[in-house]
Amino acid sequence: MPLVNIANSNLSTREQRLGSIVSFEGLASELAEQSRTGSLQDRPRTFTQVSSCASSCAICLLSLIQDAAVVNHAPLGCAGDFSMFNLVNRYGQVKRGLTPTNARLVSSNLNESDAIFGGSVKLEQAIRDAFDRFHPKAIFVTASCASAITGEDIDSVTEQLEEELGIPIATVHCEGFRSKVWTTGFDAAYHAILRKIVRPAVQKRPEVVNVITFWGEDVFSELFNKIGLEANLIVPFADIDRISRLSESGATVQMCSTLGTYLAAGLEELHGVPEVKAPPPYGLSGTDAWLRALGRTLHKEREVEQLIADEHAAIADELEELRGQLKGLTGYVAAGSVHGHSLAAVLRELGMNVAGGCFWHHDPKFDNQDPAADSLEHLVKQYGDVPVSICNKQAYELINQLRRIQPDVFVVRHPGMAVWGGKLGIPTFLVEDEHFALAYRGLLRFGHKIAEAVNNPSFYRHLAQHARLPYTDWWKQQSAGTFMEAAR
Amino acid sequence: MSTTVEQPRQFCTLGGQQSVLAIDRAIPIVHGGPGCSGKIFSGMSFFNGFQGSGYAGGNAVPGTNSCEKDIVFGGEQRLREVIDGALKVMDGDLFVVLTGCTADLVGDDTATVVSEYRERGVPIVHASTGGFKGYSYLGHELVVEAIIDQFLEPADEIVPNLVNVWSVIPYQDTFWAGNLKAIRELLEGIGLDVNILFGHDSGGVSSWKRIPSAAFNLVLAPWTGISIAKKLQQRFQTPFLHYPVLPIGAVETSRFLRTIAEYAHLPTARVDEFIVRREDHFYHYLDRAADFFMEMRWDLPARFINISDSILNLAVSRFLVNELSMQPGRQFVTDEPPEQYRDELRAHFATLNEKVSAEIVFSNDSDTISRQINDKGHDLPSLIIGSGWDRDVAKRIGGYHLSIALPVSDRLVLDRAYVGYEGGLRLIEDIYGAVLATY
Repeated sequence: MPLVNIANSNLSTREQRLGSIVSFEGLASELAEQSRTGSLQDRPRTFTQVSSCASSCAICLLSLIQDAAVVNHAPLGCAGDFSMFNLVNRYGQVKRGLTPTNARLVSSNLNESDAIFGGSVKLEQAIRDAFDRFHPKAIFVTASCASAITGEDIDSVTEQLEEELGIPIATVHCEGFRSKVWTTGFDAAYHAILRKIVRPAVQKRPEVVNVITFWGEDVFSELFNKIGLEANLIVPFADIDRISRLSESGATVQMCSTLGTYLAAGLEELHGVPEVKAPPPYGLSGTDAWLRALGRTLHKEREVEQLIADEHAAIADELEELRGQLKGLTGYVAAGSVHGHSLAAVLRELGMNVAGGCFWHHDPKFDNQDPAADSLEHLVKQYGDVPVSICNKQAYELINQLRRIQPDVFVVRHPGMAVWGGKLGIPTFLVEDEHFALAYRGLLRFGHKIAEAVNNPSFYRHLAQHARLPYTDWWKQQSAGTFMEAAR
Repeated sequence: MSTTVEQPRQFCTLGGQQSVLAIDRAIPIVHGGPGCSGKIFSGMSFFNGFQGSGYAGGNAVPGTNSCEKDIVFGGEQRLREVIDGALKVMDGDLFVVLTGCTADLVGDDTATVVSEYRERGVPIVHASTGGFKGYSYLGHELVVEAIIDQFLEPADEIVPNLVNVWSVIPYQDTFWAGNLKAIRELLEGIGLDVNILFGHDSGGVSSWKRIPSAAFNLVLAPWTGISIAKKLQQRFQTPFLHYPVLPIGAVETSRFLRTIAEYAHLPTARVDEFIVRREDHFYHYLDRAADFFMEMRWDLPARFINISDSILNLAVSRFLVNELSMQPGRQFVTDEPPEQYRDELRAHFATLNEKVSAEIVFSNDSDTISRQINDKGHDLPSLIIGSGWDRDVAKRIGGYHLSIALPVSDRLVLDRAYVGYEGGLRLIEDIYGAVLATY
């Protein structure tokens, strides 16, 4: 069965497509093994703390497209993350040399009478407002729990207005309750892009490589230029015209398959753009493998070997010195699935111990169905086994893991989770820029940052002496997975 | 009028979650979709002065993370699981179950589930805050009223001079912690026993239990909190005083304190002594800054435009007009006050002082607002006092800009207060600091 059904605005969730789970406790090797054999099962928790939803993921990616607009068809609380994405937009614009501007986001502002009588009039108004205000090249309408439960027919509004206004208007099914795995929201955004924006290639540009990213600094262009390729960073900070021509590129690479699985596989399926299947480009071994796979795809084997040799040589001395500094330190990682595997790999490459990792969810496979991209398997094979939990951002579980392990440094990728390490007195580093540790130079940057974090922990020490944790003494004595149902 | 909202300055009724978190050791339990609580946290707390998770906020909030199954088959059993777990895991004095759109739209009987626990002696209440019901201001009132109805008992006796304060809304007002503390210090200064209810040093749940024994309730805002005071009057027969102007600076603060003192029959000698001392402090520094005001006047903004809720907007407008002789431009009131309070608000702005009035526009949509901000006014740059959203419009008209209203995304806010004598000095420092930083 094909992956992308462009006839339908809806798509299946990660649970349905990939068998993704949000709870697990055990060894990385066990998780990898169960993923491979298809025996992985979720263990629902009875007690939970709040998590995140698909709509944030979708709005994030779509609102960073520079000449599109996003209409959030929801009550106003669902716009709670607008200021976050606005800051991400302005911050990233500066990083990429663009003029900072406010994000093009509106809420249709559903209220009680809309819940009873329907909100399609408001949706139409919001789409027209977005069109008049921003003169966008495309409009994405993100659905919400409220719009779905009240049975709004968003498609009929978007289709009618698309015809009238003459720009693509796409429904994005990212309702919060539909999936336990909020990264389904990325897929929903990409599904809308594949359906409505990407056009068949008129002329192929084999030297162009699509790079699926978030908002991090462009560390790809310099690397790719050295091997005669051009990095095309998508979809944040790109425009609709550039996204419409993703089909022309020679290949698609990812820095994190948790983010890009659906788009990469979809571009290959619909437009024949080969997806480079490799572990993510973090640490020497991951980066080498990733570049070699890219070289094979685009027949740049010789250039890639030269690049690898040059980059290894360029960082060798500094890396050796850093490894000396960081030797014997223990780290703990908390991050979204694949990026978590990457950060654990980076710590190991820096000569540190990794006492464990907690990853928000786990995809036992990706949409490309290719084990070559299995970052967890890569972690286990390359660096040895490590205890992991799939924690769905449950802070109460994380606290008990950290209290037990007491790592020297806590590395986090996701807002809202870093603070709990700090309150325990653990030097904590939030990876805001997902490219910070990427490739060869990233290894050095990251290493220096870790060294800084552990070098002067006075802030954390004082914080821990005065911070109160909202957990009972009973809970602090329990094992982290207490509220997960027993494995069958 | 546009129903579309661009660049929101308030969120939905689930915003009441942040009012729960402002009560020391109170813990919200969100019965809703997986993302609701985090979005509210992001908008009201993090990207609003970077107020943070605090004791049990952010990712520590217990929640049901309702999924498809709970929508189809109902989520009551799932809520019970999460309450059971929360009572074991979370160390709190009061639990407040808040519903999101999902639970309220599918018709979960949350009230009954929660009352079963209450009957067993668990300190737990429920507020129906499904986001489609309204905005954060209503959410705050729903939470407070739920606690009043489901948690408080009538008092044995009334404590003379004890006053409950209902004023700025926690987290929605970025400066709430400092402002509430400042209100406490002012009212204690004239001899009242002050019950503040929100903030880490407010006494937590024990301060809430004192509510019924108050001599009176003070509503210190144009309209928010009136329904709370009415509820308390109805339930405990406590009278209330509604004073609409949050006082900033000496003129307003002295006027405010004299009104309260008269209402509460406080001895005038102590009140006068307190006011004289504080006014002396305030005007000492205004006197020192007089050189600055005289000599830099050529480029200081004369005209101000507030883009903020009715509480801040009225307070800041009166301060700038009466204390600094500034001229009001059109004022944008962003909290969508209920219709019955709008004429009264217009009247307040029509009489900022004997000679000065301001036109007000009610809107919470930034495009509607920014279209009406075009001219410089006598060719001098205007001062825009609003939120982080308003940097671009300030730049467009060549004006100055200070964020004091949600989202304060360009400042880190700790316990800074703009209320009272000291608060007036801080606001002057911040306004002219923002002006001077542009040179």
